[in-house]
Amino acid sequence: MIVRWLSASLFFLALLAAWHLAVKAKIWSPLLLPSPVSVFDYLRSAVEDGTLWEATVVTVRRLLIGYGLGILAGLPLGLLTASSRWSQDTIGVLALGLQTLPSVCWVPLALLWFGQTESAMLFVVVMGTLWSLILATDNGVRTIPPIYTRAARSMGSTGLHTWTHVVLPASLPFLLSGMKQGWAFAWRSLMAAEIFVTILTGFGLGHLLHYGRELNAMDQVIGVMLVIVFIGLAVDKTLFAPIERFLHRRWGTGRS
Amino acid sequence: MLTSDGPSANTASSKLVLEHISKSFQTSSLNVQALDDVTLRIAEGEFVCLVGPSGCGKSTLLNIIAGLDRPDRGLVQADGQTIAGPGPHRLMMFQEAALFPWLTVLGNVLFGLKLSNGLNAAERQEKAEYFLELVGLKRFMHSNVHELSGGMKQRVALARALAPNPSVLLMDEPFGALDALTREQLYGDIQRIWSQHRKTIVFVTHNVREAVCLGDRVILFSPNPGRIREEFAIPLPRPRDINSVDLARYATEITRVLKGYVQTEVAG
Repeated sequence: MIVRWLSASLFFLALLAAWHLAVKAKIWSPLLLPSPVSVFDYLRSAVEDGTLWEATVVTVRRLLIGYGLGILAGLPLGLLTASSRWSQDTIGVLALGLQTLPSVCWVPLALLWFGQTESAMLFVVVMGTLWSLILATDNGVRTIPPIYTRAARSMGSTGLHTWTHVVLPASLPFLLSGMKQGWAFAWRSLMAAEIFVTILTGFGLGHLLHYGRELNAMDQVIGVMLVIVFIGLAVDKTLFAPIERFLHRRWGTGRS
Repeated sequence: MLTSDGPSANTASSKLVLEHISKSFQTSSLNVQALDDVTLRIAEGEFVCLVGPSGCGKSTLLNIIAGLDRPDRGLVQADGQTIAGPGPHRLMMFQEAALFPWLTVLGNVLFGLKLSNGLNAAERQEKAEYFLELVGLKRFMHSNVHELSGGMKQRVALARALAPNPSVLLMDEPFGALDALTREQLYGDIQRIWSQHRKTIVFVTHNVREAVCLGDRVILFSPNPGRIREEFAIPLPRPRDINSVDLARYATEITRVLKGYVQTEVAG
């Protein structure tokens, strides 16, 4: 365990050192490649004056609400498409089609429909999450060995009980990968929307990034990018990793 | 029909009554007659083995008794009541491990218990542990399913099927995927549990020796269409050893008859 931590830290220290050396070598203008120290200074000042924290709260709130709504709608819709041919031919095909649409393509439509409002941001996030979650749920339910539902039925499980106690838990591995994919799409679409559009009700991380470019403040650009990466990592490690570990332990899949 | 005044006289004493059961399946290319006019009575506490080559409809018959499938024609009754769907009195044990991988061993045994009757949590727990003890796996109750061997999985499946206290146990080649040694142990277990708990057991297998080892009666099916061809009473004393000479004599005779059908099929 300690060895793993050490070697990982060593790797990231080496990356930092390489970055530092590249700046020292003056290959690129310091305007284009600021030193790690100046990026750190920006982050510290942004934390101190509160801008970074505010932007993070705005962004994460949009993300969580939009993602939550996407899951809330996507899960039952996915169950629906898996359980009837009609909804597979209609909602299923719709989901398949719209899932291929890059979610940033929803931004112009959202702006015209909702104006420069929170609703427009949420709409984009929901559209990023929803379709891939429908498809993953649908796929998960279809991949369940029929013997599970037969066994459950023979023990007297019917209707809603079968769905909640057999179909959903049996498709959990697929649901999780669908939720991870949905999360990635939601994150990407929100960043795109925030960089594109100024919403007066709240400045998210995307805006900070955007203004960094406007002001030619490369330390800000890189600093905010780092924050975005860290949030993504943190969500994976705290939200998804525990569920994944549980699945691996129960199902006996993957490496421990 | 002239004799439409209910099932015939001796059904009152029968646990399971199947009369003139027919069932066919439509696949993309052809219509398969899985069962054709099958009539069978099974007494309370009887251990009946259904034997035949694959495709003779014996699993279909089991599914019909379980209430998982409906016959196209014919009458199926348990305790004088027409079987309309699955019920907690007739539990099924499958060939493949149908254990739920998202639950622990204990969780699997509790699954059917929670669905069956008005036991409280403590009583369910006690029952589940009792049946895990019965199949010798109480130590493993907190294990995950994937940590068990094939034989242990089928033992858990047996405990799961026994726990809700069904009066009929339906077993669809439950030991088919196990190695010979594990199977022999389970023959001992199942006979012991059967004699202690007096279940009515309908056991599907294509292994004649297994059928003779376990059954009071061995019922021989032939395929295309699935029909009962002959039945044999096995009056050997219990517990039976699969390797005993007496048992082999019965098995040889039944196998000879079975081969006769298969050859007729090929010739015809």
